[in-house]
Order: sequence, then structure tokens, then C-alpha cells
Amino acid sequence: MTDLLYSEAESDLRAAVRALLADRAAPAALPARLEGTGPHDAALWRALAGDVGAAGLLVPEELGGQGAGPREAAVVLEELGRAVTPLPYLTSSVVATRTLLALAPAGGPPAGPAAGLLAELAAGRRTAVLALPLTTGPGAPEPGSPTPTDPPPPAGHRPRTPAAETPAPHTIPAPAPAPIPAVADAVLADVLLVPRPDGLHAVDAADAEIRPLTPLDLTRPLAAVTVPADAGTRLAEPAASRAAVREGLLAGAGLLASEQLGLAEWCLEESVRHTRTRHQFNRPVGSFQALKHRMAELWLEVTAARAAARNAADALATGSADAPLAVAVAQAYCSRVAVHAAEECVQLHGGTGMTWEHPAHVYLKRAKADQLAYGSAGHHKDTLAGLVGLPAPAGR
Amino acid sequence: MSSPVTAADLRDRVRDLLAAHPPATTDRTAFLRARFDAGLAWVHYPEGLGGLGADPALQAGVDALLAEAGAPGNDPRRIGIGLGMAAPTLLAYGTEEHRRRFLRPLWTGEEVWCQLFSEPGAGSDLAALATRAVRGDDGTWVVDGQKVWTSSAHLARWAILIARTDPEAPKHRGLTYFVCDMTDPGVEVRPLRQITGEAEFNEVFLTGVRIPDGHRLGAVGDGWAVARTTLMNERVAIGGARLPREGGMIGRAARTWRDRPELRTHDLHQRLLDAWVDAEVARLTGERLRQQLAAGRPGPEGSAVKLAFARLNQRISGLEVELLGEEGLLYDDWTMRRPELVDFTGRDAGYRYLRSKGNSIEGGTSEVLLNIVAERVLGLPAEPRDDKDVPWKDLAR
Repeated sequence: MTDLLYSEAESDLRAAVRALLADRAAPAALPARLEGTGPHDAALWRALAGDVGAAGLLVPEELGGQGAGPREAAVVLEELGRAVTPLPYLTSSVVATRTLLALAPAGGPPAGPAAGLLAELAAGRRTAVLALPLTTGPGAPEPGSPTPTDPPPPAGHRPRTPAAETPAPHTIPAPAPAPIPAVADAVLADVLLVPRPDGLHAVDAADAEIRPLTPLDLTRPLAAVTVPADAGTRLAEPAASRAAVREGLLAGAGLLASEQLGLAEWCLEESVRHTRTRHQFNRPVGSFQALKHRMAELWLEVTAARAAARNAADALATGSADAPLAVAVAQAYCSRVAVHAAEECVQLHGGTGMTWEHPAHVYLKRAKADQLAYGSAGHHKDTLAGLVGLPAPAGR
Repeated sequence: MSSPVTAADLRDRVRDLLAAHPPATTDRTAFLRARFDAGLAWVHYPEGLGGLGADPALQAGVDALLAEAGAPGNDPRRIGIGLGMAAPTLLAYGTEEHRRRFLRPLWTGEEVWCQLFSEPGAGSDLAALATRAVRGDDGTWVVDGQKVWTSSAHLARWAILIARTDPEAPKHRGLTYFVCDMTDPGVEVRPLRQITGEAEFNEVFLTGVRIPDGHRLGAVGDGWAVARTTLMNERVAIGGARLPREGGMIGRAARTWRDRPELRTHDLHQRLLDAWVDAEVARLTGERLRQQLAAGRPGPEGSAVKLAFARLNQRISGLEVELLGEEGLLYDDWTMRRPELVDFTGRDAGYRYLRSKGNSIEGGTSEVLLNIVAERVLGLPAEPRDDKDVPWKDLAR
């Protein structure tokens, strides 16, 4: 049966991560940092990834990891969400790591270049990201691949895409690689994992063009990434590559729910703390029933989000056949809760919630961006409709 | 001190019970009485009172073994108020004589209990109740008043009752808790027809009902403390049933969706999927609460489960009425009936839609539960109130 609680070891891990972040990444200090040297703190990453060993939780011990799993990584993500910490944990230690692990032949650890890279990621010496837009959900078609539901274009159809402006087919040179939009944490990454029609490639970040974009969520840098067509080392055949990418994105979506849970928890706690102490009309504003009910509603949502997030983490950890369903449910639910909690946090802080000095806006931006990350709620509900047999109406 | 009762001890006791009273040849009531006497009714209750002072987590194993052997069970839904509310209160506040007199027939279902709490003027503000109990010279209490929303009153042999014994005291302090004999000539039970057309509940009129002082639970004026024990047990009972995935209301709506493709629209599809997600998450929340309880770490999630259950039932049944289109305009049967059991997911979508309106009222309104979450879980300040130290007789009514 699914274990929805936290083990003692998980609680210890949480305490270690929380203590580290409290010391080095207090939310109150974040707004000021965001415009300075950039949000990323290399020393903090070394401490979390290396000293605490968090980066290697998903990696087996024989590859230099901790040999733990998604349940433990989920606990780390809850804490990173609580502090909206700008570290490439989800992108590198979860999505890229899980993608590489999924390249392994059944039963064994990955071999070859993937194994070497995993050991580096597990130690926190290097980071890697999957070169796909952050919005890509598990099972979504990769950019550039034909969409199975699109009917073939009718004869004589001239697509109004840039391709239509190129000369007649027999003169087409090899197309210049298109930039991949909105790749999260690419600016920090040492290695890009690039899915191409001929398989998955590991590309040194120095060999790609990485153009930073201005992100809505300042704590998760985005970049447009252009990878030369011939760059990198091929890690897997097309079929294995697609399966591995799906696994990586599934873990990303499923464990993002834990980040969203932690974020929502902080927003609720801060709202309660603020409204208990803030007085208006000669009363603490938190004593007004209209506000109390809103916070109680949030508590209900956070309580339910915890059950959903734990369920997803446990299903990923046990390799349950139920994992895709558990992940779809957790994402469809937790992304909504995180946004609601962050929006309420801003509102319940009144004018303070609109200021740059107060970290509420950092949470709101992360929550809103997280809502799009690794598949929208709509994407996950479509997945669910297929999994549980509740098909959409025929026709459009 | 004797060593704690183990699962193995209980297995032995179940085996002995089954050997002495083979279910195939034993009368149902006789078997239930024997089970109670063997301490296998509720194993965490004290010895001699249906239990063995065992860990409550061991009950499930006993129930499973007995069910496997084809043993008859009591009927927890018919006697839910007795089991869920009267019994824990009798255990906590009854005298030894009360417990010995009441608990066995309560558990076997030979005596049904009801709860005379709510009144037309005192629902969420239960402590404002006006039913009076006046003590006569012989010590007997004479009770006059009206109660409402009383499930099972027409079937009940006994009732737990709170009444006002001191109108001069502030409202929480002037109450006393009694066991009321429903066969007393002063007790009149009238069916209360409700929104669904059926009469699941009752109004109970109490006119000169005489209750001996020996049927008092707790001290005179201490009724509120006793009632709180009852109410704490009530919320656990509502919405706490373990459901499989797609159990309850969502299962009905999903089946309609699958069986009737001609009814599907894109708007309803999105709303159905939203509801499906929420129902699954509510189920997981309940499951997590049970795991916490089993691990000996009870959390405040009980209120969350009850609130979520009420909302989901209302939302999903409403969605299903819409999904049914023209059929949703119809109702199955308005005949006034007195159902002995209430099945929230029973009958047609229209019935479910109407019945579920009660889910956010019965057993603590959603508004009161939200206040409880806000104040006791989140630690938000209470709203200022001006009824705390005012004598009940001076309060606005």
C-alpha cells in the first residue's frame, strides 16, 4: 500500500535541509539578491548537493549516489519550495538525473558516458538540464516531431511557417537548428541533454548558444538554447531516448508537486503569522471570520496537496504502474493550490504583499511559473482522462 | 499490571467464540451478545464492557476474522449514533451501572439510540439551547422543550439529551446531560419531511418528561463538557468511511459519463476531470489520516475530510444532474418515506443533489468546521464575542 507519511530518515533529511536553508537562503533576503549577482549561490549548491548529499538521492550507490529515491528527493523539494531557493535541484538532480538513469538496461545501472555523467551530477560537481522547454509535460510530443493527432496537410497545402519561405524541397540545405525556448537552469548547466530524432545527446554547455531570457520567476533562470546539429555525444537510440525523456519528465512533474506543497505551506504560515499580529479596526485582522475562513480553506488545500504529493513521490519510488496516474493527479491538484496560496499570501499581506521588499512576490512568481512547468493542469487532466477511461466528447 | 493483549490473544478468543457459538447454528442476537461478552465487540473498551483494553488498531483484525467465518455483525449504520456518540460518552461519563446497563444492548443493536441535541433555535450555537430541565423535590428532573434533526428518534429506545438546568448561568455553564427514555409518555416524535421529500429525521417534543437523577451523565451544570465528548466523536464518524478509488459520488458520475457518450460536452468533461482529481485527492487525504492514526500520530485532518466530503458530494451530484440533460429535469419519487438507512449515493442524481445539501450542515456546519480549523489548527484569534459571561436568560433569541 502507498505510504503517505514521512519516515524518520526523511524527517532527518528535512531537518538538515531546512537548517541549511535557514542559515543561507532565508526568504526575507531573497528579494534583494535577485537583482544583485543573480539568485544562484554556488556555495549553497555545493553544501546542499555535496555536503548534505541531496543531489545524489536518486542515484544508486555504485554510481556515487545516496541510493535513496523520489520520496527523499520530494522532501528536499518541499524545503526548496518553502524557501523558493534558486538552485537547479529539480532540473538537474531530478529531471536530468532520472532521464539518465532511465537509459539503463533493465535491472542494471547505466553504463558508458551516462554513468560517468550521473556520478558527476550525484556529487554535485556538475549540473545537467534536459534541453526542452520547461512547459513540456511527460508524454508530450517533443518539439519538431509530428503531432499524432494532427491530420496530414492536404495536397497542395503550403504551411505558413518559416519553412514555407525556404526554396523548393530539392534545394533545402540542412536547416539551421532552431532555438529551444524557455529551458530552465540552462545558464547554470555544464551539460545539456538534447533529445533529437536520432536519440539523446549529451552536449557540453560551452558548445551551445545559451541566451538568457527574462523570466517571470526570477528564481528559475530561463534561456533560449541553440545546439549545433552535430554537437555532443549520443547516449541512446531514439526509442530508448524517448522513454528516458518521458521518465525524466514524469519524475519532474511528480516531484514538482512537493515543491508546490512546500511553497504553499510557507505562504499559508506567513499569512497566518501576519494576520495574527497585524491590527486594523482595533482587532488582529486574523480574527475576522471572513479572513479566517480563507486561511482555513488554504489549510484544507495544503493538507490535501500533501496527500497528493506524497502519493506521487511514493508511486515514483516504488515504480508503481500507478505512477503516471498519481503524477497527473498531483500536478493537476498541487499546481492550483500553490498559485492559490501565493495569491492569497499577497492579498492577505495587504499593501506589504505588493512590495519588492517582502518575499511574497517571489513565491507568487514561482508558483505561477510552476503552474506551467512539466505540463499544465490541462495536460495532466488529458492524461488522466485517458488513464481512467473518461474520454472527451467526440468531435470538436 | 497484566501484559497487553496481542493479536494472537485475539485470534485465540475469536476461535473460542466461534467454537462455542457456531455462526451457522446460532441466533444472530445470541451471537452478538456472546461476542460482546468475549470482549470482541470493541477491543479497546474495558474488560466486561465489550472489550479487553487492547490497542484499537487490533479491531480490524478481529472484524476480518469474524467476517471470514461468516459471523453476523451488528448493523453499524442503523445504530451509528449509539456506537459513534452515545457509547464513548457513556464510557467517559457514565457510572459503572450505566455502562453495564446500556453498552451491551447498544452494541448488539437491541436498543437503538438517538441524540437530542439540536433545537430550532440552537444549531451551530448549540450551547444556546432552550430545552429546560427542572429538578423536583424527589430529585427527578422534568424536561420541557423541542429538539430537531433527530435521526432515528422513531426507532430509538434511548436518547442522549442536553437540557438547560440553570437559566441564570452563562449559556455554556447552565447545561446538564441526561439519558432520556424515549418510551416516556411525554416524548412525542414527529417525522420532519425534508428537501428530498422523505422524512429521514424527526422533531422531538418533550412535554413534562420525567428523568430520574440516576440518568444524569456528569455533574449538574457540566453538560457542555460531556456534550463536547459526544461531538468530538461525531465528526470522526461523518465522511470518514474508507473508499476505493472512484468510490462514492464520483463513481456514479463517472459511470454515467462512460455509459452515455451522447451526453458528453467539453465543458462537462473538464469539470468532471476536475472533480475526479479532487475526489481522488480527498480519498488520499482520508487515507493519509488513517495512516497517521495507525502510526499513533493523530492529526487534525478529520475536519478536512468532513469538509471535503460535503463539498465534493454537492459539486459532483450537481454536475451529474447537468450531465443528464433532460433526464436531469426529472425526479425519481416524491413520496413521503421514512428510510431506515440513508445512502448518500443511493437513488437518482436529483435525490443525491438534494440530499447532499445536508452534508455541509449535519455533524457540524462547514462554517463551524472552518472556524475550528482556523482557531485550533492555525491558531488564529477567536472573534470577539459578547455571550460568554452573560446569563443565558438575558441573551437575544
